[in-house]
Amino acid sequence: MSFFTALYKYLPDFGHGLWLTILLTLIAAILGFLASVPLVLGILYGNKLFKLLCKAFITIVRGTPLLVQLFFIYYGLPALGWHIAPFNAALVGFILNSAAYQAEYLKGGFLAITTEQMEAAYSIGLTKWQAIKEIIFPQAFRFAIPALSNEVIYLVKYTSVAYVIQVPELLSQAKFFASDTYFSLQIYLTIGVVYLALIWVVSKLADMLEHKLFIPGFDFSHLK
Amino acid sequence: MPLVRVEDVKKSFGKNTVLDGVSFTIEKGEVKVIIGPSGTGKSTLLRCVNMLAPPDSGKIWLQETELTNPKTNMHQMRQKIGMVFQHFALFKHLKAIDNVALGLVKVKGMNRSDAYAKAKRDMQKVGLEEHADKYPAQLSGGQQQRVGIARALAMDPLLMLFDEPTSALDPELIGEVLQVMQNLAKEGMTMICVSHEMGFAKSVANEIIFMEHGHILEASAPQKMFSNPENERTRSFLHKIAELYGESL
Repeated sequence: MSFFTALYKYLPDFGHGLWLTILLTLIAAILGFLASVPLVLGILYGNKLFKLLCKAFITIVRGTPLLVQLFFIYYGLPALGWHIAPFNAALVGFILNSAAYQAEYLKGGFLAITTEQMEAAYSIGLTKWQAIKEIIFPQAFRFAIPALSNEVIYLVKYTSVAYVIQVPELLSQAKFFASDTYFSLQIYLTIGVVYLALIWVVSKLADMLEHKLFIPGFDFSHLK
Repeated sequence: MPLVRVEDVKKSFGKNTVLDGVSFTIEKGEVKVIIGPSGTGKSTLLRCVNMLAPPDSGKIWLQETELTNPKTNMHQMRQKIGMVFQHFALFKHLKAIDNVALGLVKVKGMNRSDAYAKAKRDMQKVGLEEHADKYPAQLSGGQQQRVGIARALAMDPLLMLFDEPTSALDPELIGEVLQVMQNLAKEGMTMICVSHEMGFAKSVANEIIFMEHGHILEASAPQKMFSNPENERTRSFLHKIAELYGESL
């Protein structure tokens, strides 16, 4: 049996694996972003307790290896009676990680904004949270787009780690395939190309988003 | 009753005393120009008046409302005090017209079409109706500052604060901003301006206030201030300004 015949036979499995990879990336990126917003606002504007909680969360998530976290969630938590399915366990780990990293990227965006923006917002009568919502956050988000899209690219690749907790995503399928057929060289090369293609799509989408949200003054033209 | 009453205002940043007991009043329709060396608390004084930098002690009233009273809702009161910034401080992610309309929609709660109609009138007032749909980065410094003025005017303030509105502008752009300010003064707007534009001060100010080291050293009508200043420091400062601008005062 040639490699391609074998690959054809396993195609539905690879389709499923690819789907899980995409699903993990998308859900983690979106829910991670939604969680990163209160996180960064907590760090920058929260009261002492909330600020401390947010910082502690980020310190723990960024300070421990992803693999350790996934093992803790999947193999550790059942000891406390919490049994989580592989896919959900991976999802929890990725969402927590992505939230922590995206919060840091957003923070970088906030740092690019001058004090006068807040003063100007106050001077027309906006409240603090109105000013953050209408003036500060939209600008910070735009400054953070390049870093945020980088995070999604990382996520695509991180999802392959889910293979160690039995998620049948793309890399797992390649592993099964290789042990069944011994076409290791060919299959790892092939899924490498698939990851590359996925990331190409993500970076194109990021470019499109950046283009769609383009506003004069938020680009590099002033640095040329 | 004066429109604004500032009483013995003190303000420090850390160990640095920026305002060391400043008092003055301003009547409705008056224009006061504050001059003085840099770092003497001129900008801080403006920021005390609209409570962007609340004073450590002393009191400030706008009409019968004590702004320094912690119970005062400053977000509501700030609508009545327009502010124009040295570096324009336009909301960079919003078009010029959106900058002007934002406060009307979000603070005054006007519906969008009324707010934009009003914003358009304020853009006309500063001569920029054709640039309404441009982003701040697409406008010259002078145009940006005029949008900044329109944004403040849109809220129908009782008082306008100008914090060195022309000092970040190229010389050929200063005139258009001063023109708008002069028109405002003529229409009877009450204004406190931190500015070293002596021509402007001469033609529209009711009073010039000279500040140094957190104190008001001298305050008098422009005529007297320029011809016969009482204080030695005022005299030498005005001298330096005159040299700089090549004006005989």
